[in-house]
Amino acid sequence: MKISMTVNGEAVSGEVEGRTLLVDFLRNDLKMTGTHIGCDTSQCGACTVHVNGMSVKSCSILAAEADGAYVATIEGQANEDGSLNVIQQAFQDHHGLQCGFCTPGMVMAATELLKHNKKPTVAEIRHHLDGNICRCTGYHNIVKSIMAASGQDVSSIAAE
Amino acid sequence: MPKDSGIGASTKRVEDQRFLTGKGRYTSDINLVNQTHAVFLRSDVAHGRIKSIDTTAAAAMPGVLAIFTGEDFAEVGGNPAGWAITSRDGEPMKEPKRPVLAHGKVRHVGDAYAAVIAETVEQACDAADAIVAEIEELPAVVDMSAALAGGPFVHDEIETNQCFDWGWIEDNRAATDAAIKNAPHVTTLELINNRLVPNAIETRASTADYDPGTGEYTLYTTSQNPHLTRLLISAFVMGIAENKLRVVSPDVGGGFGSKIYHYGEEALVLAASKKLCRPVKWTATRSESFLTDAHGRDHVTKIELACEKDGTFIAFRTDTMANVGAYLSNFSTATPTFLHGTLMAGNYTVPHVYVNVKTVFTNTAPVDAYRGAGRPEATFSLERVIDKCAHELGLDAMEMRRKNFIKPEQFPYVSAAGLEYDTGNYDALVDKLNELADFKGFEARRRLSEADGKLRGLGINTYIEACGLAPSNLTGVLGSRVGYYDAATVRVNATGNLSVMVGAQSTGQGHETAFAQVVSEMLGIDQSSIDIVHGDTAKIPFGMGSYGSRSIAVCGPAVVRATEKIINKATKIAAHMLETAEADIEFKDGQFSVAGTDKSVSFGEVAFKAYVPQNYPVEDLEPGLEETAFYDPGNFTYPAGAYACEVEVDPETGKVTVENFTAVDDFGNVVNPMIVTGQVHGGIGQGIGQALLENCSYDDNGQLLSASYMDYAMPRASDLPFYTVDHSCNTPCTHNPLGVKGCGEAGAIGSPPTIVNAVINALHSAGHTHVTHIDMPVSPARVWAAINAQ
Repeated sequence: MKISMTVNGEAVSGEVEGRTLLVDFLRNDLKMTGTHIGCDTSQCGACTVHVNGMSVKSCSILAAEADGAYVATIEGQANEDGSLNVIQQAFQDHHGLQCGFCTPGMVMAATELLKHNKKPTVAEIRHHLDGNICRCTGYHNIVKSIMAASGQDVSSIAAE
Repeated sequence: MPKDSGIGASTKRVEDQRFLTGKGRYTSDINLVNQTHAVFLRSDVAHGRIKSIDTTAAAAMPGVLAIFTGEDFAEVGGNPAGWAITSRDGEPMKEPKRPVLAHGKVRHVGDAYAAVIAETVEQACDAADAIVAEIEELPAVVDMSAALAGGPFVHDEIETNQCFDWGWIEDNRAATDAAIKNAPHVTTLELINNRLVPNAIETRASTADYDPGTGEYTLYTTSQNPHLTRLLISAFVMGIAENKLRVVSPDVGGGFGSKIYHYGEEALVLAASKKLCRPVKWTATRSESFLTDAHGRDHVTKIELACEKDGTFIAFRTDTMANVGAYLSNFSTATPTFLHGTLMAGNYTVPHVYVNVKTVFTNTAPVDAYRGAGRPEATFSLERVIDKCAHELGLDAMEMRRKNFIKPEQFPYVSAAGLEYDTGNYDALVDKLNELADFKGFEARRRLSEADGKLRGLGINTYIEACGLAPSNLTGVLGSRVGYYDAATVRVNATGNLSVMVGAQSTGQGHETAFAQVVSEMLGIDQSSIDIVHGDTAKIPFGMGSYGSRSIAVCGPAVVRATEKIINKATKIAAHMLETAEADIEFKDGQFSVAGTDKSVSFGEVAFKAYVPQNYPVEDLEPGLEETAFYDPGNFTYPAGAYACEVEVDPETGKVTVENFTAVDDFGNVVNPMIVTGQVHGGIGQGIGQALLENCSYDDNGQLLSASYMDYAMPRASDLPFYTVDHSCNTPCTHNPLGVKGCGEAGAIGSPPTIVNAVINALHSAGHTHVTHIDMPVSPARVWAAINAQ
């Protein structure tokens, strides 16, 4: 079937099977491989994108369900001049990533959190990340990065 | 004042820019023109005889291009174990063939017996569903004791299910036995080191591209070790000439050991690509990862500690059964032996150590090195039995460790398990831990927890590990079938910037940043002018990849040596340019100067002269500025650490919460403190995962019960605390030019016993002194059952 949507502000369309997942449409049809697949069961969150402003695991909805939607992915997060946005920059500054595979999902999850909660507590951040698995960082620096991105003082959270 | 570049600076990672913007390039992100897709059929029984595989209907389905079964690979070689181990009686280990696709029998759930190649993944899946395989289920063996007792045979030709029965050090055996028999006190502990699934968030993936015009193959694959993969495929499995096979590992989304090894899927896509003359791509599902990635740990151990009544150690004796699963993965024979038994003296001056390891075949997925590889198993056994012993004797557990520490003035120290530790200061680590973890304030915190109805426990642990896997001279004696060195090429380009080709392969450790820091420091060249090239056998010298914390400890010195050669040659060129003797040239901050004068040329001018050698003494000096070094160290490196944590146990539910965690490590010199601290964080996260959450569980029939993230408890952000990490007590390694030791596995080695010791301590505080051990994962059910077992 033919579908159309807006991805990172650009109108796109494509021909998909009914069973095609949104993540596969993004990766295979649109060749936007920044959104990653880490599991089969919608547990890991590596494929997190925003659909109509809400965080969604793009392996958990069909591409056809996103017909007509506004989709945002990691490729559309940097500032217009290509520099890292506040959240991305905080992840780099505080070493909030290692292999980088879960990172797009983490950034998208963090973006939604900070949209609704400008100054989340550590507990709120950890709770919000329950749908995103990282195997490299032990989460320490991810939580710290999100705290820093929200403008909170992180100098008391363990030294680098 | 902290440095902002060079060795010792917490330089921000250059690779982060692409990872944070969706421009990373992982294996499954690569799509080739005219590409096809592979899907594997995997056994759903743990042990079975393949009676027939009917592919007729599947072959006729839309998009299907080829179907392979084990028959197609019956004539090719098997994927070998990398280390040959000899049993105590002198017999060589039993080494069954590990085929590309199962042929004749399947031996674990997930064992691949056929593969479909189709135009799309969906078509390949549909066709795979249409293949009818008749597999006669046979009795399976999962439990190691049952396997050794003569259970069903995993391999018909191995009628013991035993791979080897190994003793270390066999000459110590009688003395250790006698010492234990005559000791004033002996503590015995039986424990399990639970099987884990590595779970890199990027699953394994491989794409092969055969070029019929040149006869060359390119394999894109998720590897920690591309040259080894090429070597194994060439020399053992496929017989492809090594110079006709290029292995490329682009960005790799974590490995933790599971991507060191060569797997059959890599050989299958190569064969399929040749048959079809089209690229063939395969990406594992998470379920396939659970079923087929090499698992970790899986020891059943009895350890005895003999000591004086005052806690002075006399002997450690260990009996371990180590599961290798159904086939021998590449490091599976090294992990329970030389990476485990040789560490069984820990940080201690114990006079007698003897280790026996029986390694067992079962109908489970292959087991191999997982973060720490043998050292976590050794440390867990030692540090648990020491805690139990201290409790039995009424001694302070940390003071008992201190009493037995090797002291700084005793280095270099040859341990009773045969390793020569070069440097260390274990008392300094404990002193620092004491301060950072605020042991003095613990009792007050315990009272606060008790007021809240919770039991608070303090757990401690010290560890030593051997990492920087090398040297070849030693590993060869121990049975390795490959060399353990690493290599680097430093290419100074004509315009003065640099490409540094390294044999190490990053799986997220920040090599592009850390290696560049080393070269930048040595040459006085801005880091932004230095590119690190890795992960492509067509570009890099023959290195041995990244595992065993060897990147900076083994490849780092190769980079240093190659850069030293650059400086030596550049000095000759500068001497020619400045019309002076080589001995008069000084090199500092990127400038070559004539001593005592203001005459100088910059590094960039020298580089240009090397490539535009006009008015150049070509009789005495070659043009160009590119050097390679292979580095094979004299010894392992020996990081050590002291860890502490406090847990709260809810006595009503048995739930354990980690309240704080402190790690003090000695990694020798540190190139990038930010990266090193991050490595420790990650290791601790995995260690706490092993201690409290993770368990790879098979039922008695060999069905994997924990085969997805729905069933395998991966640590999430809310399961873990912030960690306090310190590396201020460093004693530089004495036998590599950087003085580095390696940090990647420390957290996973040091944290499991710390957590379990803390839980036992918490239970004892409430009088549950009958609980002397709880196996990992220390789940709420197990803690609750232990509390209520009286």
